[in-house]
Amino acid sequence: MSNEAVLHAHSGAATHEGHGDHHEHHHHETFITKYVFSQDHKMIAKQFLITGMFWAVLGGLMSVFFRLQLGYPDSTFPWLESLLGKWAKGGHITPEAYYALVTTHGTVLVFFVLTAGLSGTFANFLIPLQIGARDMASPFLNMLSYWFFFAAGVVMLSSMFVETGPFSGGWTAYPPLSALGDASPGSKTGMDLWIVSMALFVVSSLLGGLNYIATILNMRTKGMSMTRLPLTIWALFFTAVLGVLSFPVLFSGFILLIFDRNFGTSFYLSDIFVNGVGALPNEGGSAILYQHLFWFLGHPEVYIILLPAMGMVSEILSVNSRKPIFGYMAMIGSLFAIAILAFLVWAHHMFVTGLNPFLGSIFVLLTLLIAVPSAIKVFNWLTTLWRGNIRFTPGMMFAIGFVSLFISGGLTGIWLGNSALDIHLHDTYFVIAHFHIVMGVASMFGMFAGIYHWFPKMYGKYLNNTLGYIHFWVTIAGAYMIFWPMHYEGLAGMPRRYYDYSIWESFKQFVELNRFISTVAMIVFAVQLLFLFNFFYSIFKGRKLTTLNPWGANTLEWTTPIRPGHGNWPGEIPEVHRWAYDYGKDGHDFIPQTTPVGADESHH
Amino acid sequence: MTMFLTIAVVVLIFLVIFQIAKASEYVSVLKGEDVSRRQNNKVNGFLMVAFLVLGMIGVWYCNKLYFPKTLLAVDSASVEGARVDSMLWITIAVTGSVFLATQAILFWFAYKYQEKENRKVFYFAHSNKLEALWTIVPAIVLTVLVIVGLRNWFLFTGEPPKDAMVVEITGKQFGWIFRYPGKDGAFGKKYYKNIDPATNTLGMLWDDQLGHDDVVTEQTVYLIKGKPVKLIIGSRDVIHDVGLSHFRLKMDAVPGIPTTMWFTPKYTTKEMKELTNNPNFVYEISCDQMCGNGHYSMKGIIEVVEQEEYDMWMAKQKPQYLVVFPDKDPSNAKAADTTKTTVKAVDAVATKTVAKL
Repeated sequence: MSNEAVLHAHSGAATHEGHGDHHEHHHHETFITKYVFSQDHKMIAKQFLITGMFWAVLGGLMSVFFRLQLGYPDSTFPWLESLLGKWAKGGHITPEAYYALVTTHGTVLVFFVLTAGLSGTFANFLIPLQIGARDMASPFLNMLSYWFFFAAGVVMLSSMFVETGPFSGGWTAYPPLSALGDASPGSKTGMDLWIVSMALFVVSSLLGGLNYIATILNMRTKGMSMTRLPLTIWALFFTAVLGVLSFPVLFSGFILLIFDRNFGTSFYLSDIFVNGVGALPNEGGSAILYQHLFWFLGHPEVYIILLPAMGMVSEILSVNSRKPIFGYMAMIGSLFAIAILAFLVWAHHMFVTGLNPFLGSIFVLLTLLIAVPSAIKVFNWLTTLWRGNIRFTPGMMFAIGFVSLFISGGLTGIWLGNSALDIHLHDTYFVIAHFHIVMGVASMFGMFAGIYHWFPKMYGKYLNNTLGYIHFWVTIAGAYMIFWPMHYEGLAGMPRRYYDYSIWESFKQFVELNRFISTVAMIVFAVQLLFLFNFFYSIFKGRKLTTLNPWGANTLEWTTPIRPGHGNWPGEIPEVHRWAYDYGKDGHDFIPQTTPVGADESHH
Repeated sequence: MTMFLTIAVVVLIFLVIFQIAKASEYVSVLKGEDVSRRQNNKVNGFLMVAFLVLGMIGVWYCNKLYFPKTLLAVDSASVEGARVDSMLWITIAVTGSVFLATQAILFWFAYKYQEKENRKVFYFAHSNKLEALWTIVPAIVLTVLVIVGLRNWFLFTGEPPKDAMVVEITGKQFGWIFRYPGKDGAFGKKYYKNIDPATNTLGMLWDDQLGHDDVVTEQTVYLIKGKPVKLIIGSRDVIHDVGLSHFRLKMDAVPGIPTTMWFTPKYTTKEMKELTNNPNFVYEISCDQMCGNGHYSMKGIIEVVEQEEYDMWMAKQKPQYLVVFPDKDPSNAKAADTTKTTVKAVDAVATKTVAKL
């Protein structure tokens, strides 16, 4: 089918109730179909975003709790006991609760916030709008994707209220610890719920991912060739491909774990004697098998988190520098290279598991190879700023912050990817610093950049700028103050996931530093609440948008009405004549993608 | 009470910030979008450079405060670990200079190219030369780092020298068990179903002659200065990790799959006390793999001593076989009559063990 035929068939289907200006009025939308079981990609995007925010607050609050323990191990907080009950007896978080908090913080932030909240939100929102489609390939599956995510959240939340507590063996859930309820109370009912929740989440991301791929490949508007796509779409495309190919492997790992837990199999279990229980019958399994299955998703997962942020940052940097993105094809090429390499480096998380050293050396090589496309991206971003005319919108600030954090966190990856250094630094605070900066905070910055930049398109209002600037400066300064000193703790060999360091002669010298980090973490958390306040306040009371294209951007989403209805464009879908980055060309500030190429225009 | 007070103060601060933000928005609307955008640009452009300068001062100050507390401030306690340290320094030099350069460029560009009226942007979409440059240079630098790294990696994970002593280390929730092969230099067989927390923590098979001189200890392990040691690492329950931060090495302890690691201690514990100026210094084995609620307390101690001291210590150790079967112990043969009750108890244990076999 030609692109045109697809378009017409689709636009007919999506708007059969009424073509043209009155299209919105003819939908007999109830509250339920509009806000709850909506099939409009824009509404689903907002659902993903706000659910993600809920989880971000909860996951962030958990980190505040366990930072309280790390920063003030000798103090008691009676209010903690009134909040957490037996998990904070005497105002002191128990080890069980500490490990449950650390585990849930990790799971929730990685999957619910930075996967669903970030790529779920912006893939849904931007793909149809930027490629010129009325909606996703399957709006119904898209809706299911959100509701599976919602269900995953409900199950995860419920695991916090079971008697034996939520799962507490670390977000990677390595067996045998995660397989044996007798080895850790968190591995009882809490772990069952954790797996169920994650299984639902895998279903959600597969439904979403397949939809994103189908939509990008098949539903681009007339003239929107693949090489005219904004980099956001390319990034979201590779993200979806990564997810679709790697989540099923994680799922298979979980299935085997369920069998080991409940049906007496020995995929991961061998030669185990549990204190107080005795020798288990399981023999011949391999605990390392799980780690291979887990990290085969686990490593692509960090790029699932990072690529959408990279895509949005590329777009926002270009728009606000009033200059084309430098090296568009190289940017696509490096995204592609990262996507391929993402599948070939998983065992660098397993250098110290007793992995065959030769195999390990291959993974060293492939891992450090990722630094090349990453370097290309960084230098291209820097060149994009060079001789631009930069507008510091809050979105732009966060995009610049992303580049700074990506450099800082990416460089320490060169340390850890080299197995001979990893053998020293593995599972220390150095690792915590590395991945929080490069994956956690950097992606968060990409997400904030995206929210500030596209909020006007989402709600037809502006966010408050001053609050945005405060949010940015406190967050970037705070992020560095929290995570930079952790490199030093790591270089002292300080292991991660410790409840208390006071009994260790080798690691107890950082009491003051830990208190400092905890204090900054609380301030940064409070400022995120300020952002949330700004977000929800501005939805209702924000300054109204009066122009279609507030940032002077080229991409298609800014050609829709200020508050687009279901179907996005009231009339025909616009046709595309050029790439998305004609900024500052031939003396024009910007030339939207819908403008036909003039006869006297220079070639780039 | 203090909690409510804190909340009240935080809410108050929020309200003040919000009111200021709201007011500044009204002002910017009154002034016109362009004027307020230019003002915002100026302020934030300045802050970009300020952040760069303050950030670099922060990096320097952080280093001043905390570098002395890292392991890099003291020599590595193992011969092999010195290679880790020198590799760390090379990597710090490479990544550190890239860090300084790129961060400086980023924030400087942000300041320098902030919006100005009449500035014409440079329409610069791509340049093959530049892109080739920053593909090839990082690739070459990384190749060097990979070569250095892999040479060390194969040394660390390769075979230990022939004269290396061998010690077995087994993790359990939440502690470490050590086993020395004894005079015959070989370990007796073990099978996990024979484990008895009271008398046979490793599940040794007592009918294997090789195991009769094996010495089993908990908590503390003795190693010899200057003598390479090969650790055979195992776990009894979940995955643990033998973390030897002073020796710059670590390796997982996986149930069912033995792993190994070797190194050569360079300083005795006593010498390290002087080197670190810390009279309480001990070599600690930290568990570096999440292993349950007691993970943070799973500590072992390594005592590195001179050969003579080790020999003296070892001479005092009794093989586990003789601990479990004191009647087999030649030194106990005469005293046996006077301690009939204990013998009975041990007999009971012995029959139990035999029954299991």
